Amino acid sequence: MPDLLIELFSEEIPARMQTRAAADLKARVTDGLVEAGLTYAGAAAFSTPRRLTLAIEGLTASSPTTREERKGPRTDAPEKAIEGFLRGAGVTRDDLEVRDEKKGQVYFATVTKPGRNADAIVGEVLENVIRNFPWPKSMRWGSGSLRWVRPLHSILCILTDDLGEASIVGLDVDGITAGNSTEGHRFMAPGRVAVSGFDDYAAKLKKRHVVLDAAERADAIWQDATNQAFAAGLEVAEDPALLAEVAGLVEWPVVLMGTIDQTFLGLPPEVLQTSMKEHQKFFSVRNPKTGRIERFITVANRETADNGATILAGNQKVLFARLSDAKFFWENDLRIAEAGGQAWQDALANVTFHNKLGSQADRVNRIAALAREIAPVVGADPDLAEQAARWAKSDLPSEMVYEFPELQGLMGRYYADAAGLPAAVAAAAQEHYAPLGPSDDVPTAPVSVAVALADKLDILTGFWAIDEKPTGSKDPFALRRAALGVIRLVLENDLRIRLTAPATAFDVGFTMYGTQIHAQGLRAKSTDLLSFFHDRLKVYLRDQGIRHDVIDACIAMEGNDDLALLVKRATALSDFLKTEDGENLLQGFKRANNILSQAEENDGVEYSFGADAKFAETDEERALFAALTKAEPQVAKALKSEDFAAVMSALAGLRAPIDAFFEAVQVNSDNQVVRRNRLNMLGQIRKIGLAAADLTRIEG
Amino acid sequence: MTDTTARPRSFQEIILRLQSYWAAQGCAIMQPYDMEVGAGTFHPATTLRSLGPRPWAAAYVQPSRRPTDGRYGENPNRLQHYYQYQVLIKPSPPNLQALYLGSLEAIGIDMALHDIRFVEDDWESPTLGAWGLGWEVWCDGMEVSQFTYFQQVGGHDCAPVSGELTYGLERLAMYVLGADHVMDMPYNDPSAPIPLTYGDVFRQTEEEFSRWNFDIANTEVLLRHFEEAEAECRAILDAPEADPKTGKRIVMAHPAYDQCIRASHIFNLLDARGVISVTERQSYIGRVRTLAKQCADAFVQTTAGGWAT
Repeated sequence: MPDLLIELFSEEIPARMQTRAAADLKARVTDGLVEAGLTYAGAAAFSTPRRLTLAIEGLTASSPTTREERKGPRTDAPEKAIEGFLRGAGVTRDDLEVRDEKKGQVYFATVTKPGRNADAIVGEVLENVIRNFPWPKSMRWGSGSLRWVRPLHSILCILTDDLGEASIVGLDVDGITAGNSTEGHRFMAPGRVAVSGFDDYAAKLKKRHVVLDAAERADAIWQDATNQAFAAGLEVAEDPALLAEVAGLVEWPVVLMGTIDQTFLGLPPEVLQTSMKEHQKFFSVRNPKTGRIERFITVANRETADNGATILAGNQKVLFARLSDAKFFWENDLRIAEAGGQAWQDALANVTFHNKLGSQADRVNRIAALAREIAPVVGADPDLAEQAARWAKSDLPSEMVYEFPELQGLMGRYYADAAGLPAAVAAAAQEHYAPLGPSDDVPTAPVSVAVALADKLDILTGFWAIDEKPTGSKDPFALRRAALGVIRLVLENDLRIRLTAPATAFDVGFTMYGTQIHAQGLRAKSTDLLSFFHDRLKVYLRDQGIRHDVIDACIAMEGNDDLALLVKRATALSDFLKTEDGENLLQGFKRANNILSQAEENDGVEYSFGADAKFAETDEERALFAALTKAEPQVAKALKSEDFAAVMSALAGLRAPIDAFFEAVQVNSDNQVVRRNRLNMLGQIRKIGLAAADLTRIEG
Repeated sequence: MTDTTARPRSFQEIILRLQSYWAAQGCAIMQPYDMEVGAGTFHPATTLRSLGPRPWAAAYVQPSRRPTDGRYGENPNRLQHYYQYQVLIKPSPPNLQALYLGSLEAIGIDMALHDIRFVEDDWESPTLGAWGLGWEVWCDGMEVSQFTYFQQVGGHDCAPVSGELTYGLERLAMYVLGADHVMDMPYNDPSAPIPLTYGDVFRQTEEEFSRWNFDIANTEVLLRHFEEAEAECRAILDAPEADPKTGKRIVMAHPAYDQCIRASHIFNLLDARGVISVTERQSYIGRVRTLAKQCADAFVQTTAGGWAT
């Protein structure tokens, strides 16, 4: 059972692509081998900045010989047909066998496919994998047409037998001939070295300053970084994404800890961290007592005679220049903030938000007005909400945010503090973008909630006003996210807002775009936007285990623009339908409704009231009548207090009498008085059921 | 010949060493293009010559202007006028990375003491309709060069592919010379009879141009110049191929491309003056790109661009 070793050696592979590429190499090669009839015991893939490696253990030495029987034409078939069969099967007439079949004598051929040696299969599979590799972005180089992530320099491909003898797999891809050698570290161990198998390969690489396994490099970096920080009484700020990236930038990690000049320690820690991470891929090292970032960790790709002193000095110098920039931005921004931020407010007027929706300043005015309207609903002071909305976008023209867009909001908070604005205003500057993702926290401070809602309602009504709604995968302004944000803000803060009510959310939003909408168009847009919200809500609730038909049943009810109410109802109904009572009651309701609909259609009347116990013939009818009479006020009362659990439990009480009724009673009695009375009773079931939710929409 | 074993002592020595290094590697040492450009890539020796099938190898210094980066000569490393060193080799040789590392050694960077890294950085020029894949090269965490394999220029696939190296000369020289502020960096040899710093040569111009770029440049005139350059570029390309005077077929890709360069630089100036909004910005870039593409279309119709009768 030979082992297979493959290494694809290239110029530097982007760090973010390495792990995936190693996995793709493994999957595609092993799939190809298995498809060609080989089996293997195990496979492992590795990556460094300059190589993808695949080691396969216990590969079968050849694929098995296969035999396949093919039925041909009858022996008396025209000569041409028989020749065609011989050609197709690749056999001679002597190889044919004649068998008696029902329709006469028929030729049969046995087609034998001999097994192939592993090296032939490996060569073919690997070439195919190289030529069709799924890089996110690939390129050509020189005069060739081969595509790889960066120029591919060499291919190592060897099969090692049980005695440890290695043989090179014959393969040539656009002039790159497979061999048995690799290269060590670019600087510390240049030159090629031949290898005889995976263990030899890994050992020789390590000796030549290459750690093959990315996880081993990451572990080593993290170990050393935390040790060095610990020794200095400090801690490294965890950043798994940065760790993975840095591990993909080095073959021989050397961790170096450097200091940050005193002059920069006054910068906000987020600014230090972002600047160091984004520009330099440094880890931040914190003082656990003060929370301040005091040092950095950089990871070099080599050892040097001076133990990294030159490298560290260089890195410190670069950082000094970077942080000088950051400090320059910070100080300029602070000057503007301390003067009240007017320069930024003015600048917003010159920044186009969208050519049909005006400038950022226009947008701020709208958000301010909306926040003011929303404030009472969320328990915020309207003046404070407006003030916060007017400040919320101030940091967009700031130099720091221009440099680090990911700090928007946070800088607004710092600058609000510098401007001496109330704490609630500062908090809203940071929090009003939230929630950005499904796992992002939802703000709870009333002023923040008001501005967050205003921000999102403005963008939604704005784009609805100009008819630029998301279509398919196209949602350049993240309107779905904005709608989901509103939904979560409302639900998680249990806010009661009628979104489409006059002078409320949508209405106020659309009014800001008044000149662009005809009066009657406003209603239609409002309805359309609400149905967009309902679609988002379905996705959101589906993730929480509530079926779409259950939501539909609740959306069909009055007050469906009050999302908190809608969800309360849907949750209670969903829970109820999961119980045995609920399931059976639903069947009872549907049966009643079907019989009733049919009768109403036939008779041309509506059976909606007037059931009377005195026309009842059976105990079951009397029992149902009593239960309905009891349930109706219970449901009405529970609905009034929005206690949907109580609504459902009142419905649950109907289940047994309804079941018993249908068990014992034939509705369509010959006695018309009795029949009408029974239908009116069914009408009452329908009435009570539909008061809870539109149960006709529930599937099953 | 300069002594490459010793560390260089001045900005100009670094340039001279790069020139002799790349000359020794067989590049044609060209001179800067005589127009205002934002980067060395705009030089027709790169933009146009990266197109078509003919082999090419050139290296040159290109003064580059980025009006928005002006800091009145005060910032330690930001300048509105600076120098790039540019190398373009077509087809890209298989040992281009090694050749590049050799150039760093030539300017006195000791590979045994420094940490050189190739960090993913894909290059795209929306104004040139061009893109390529490559890296920014880091030396001890500082970006010292851009290294790009051109894939498309002016909307045309590059075949063969050119390898492009761009060195930001001031930043690189500051690093090699150990200068903390660009203006303090020695421009000529510090022991020369009249030693000059970079500041002696450029502080005055940085100050003047920063003011002009940000506050004085007449935007109406600039807007008009933009339109004129655009119109002239089209007019040149619309001229019939056959020259009635000489009777020759002369496609005027280069004169048209000059107008494209002009339009691009005027756009940069307008941008620095802050008169271009975010949405307008895209449309201006699109207009320059259209010109660049048409120039590329024209270049591949010339003999130098591989056109054959």
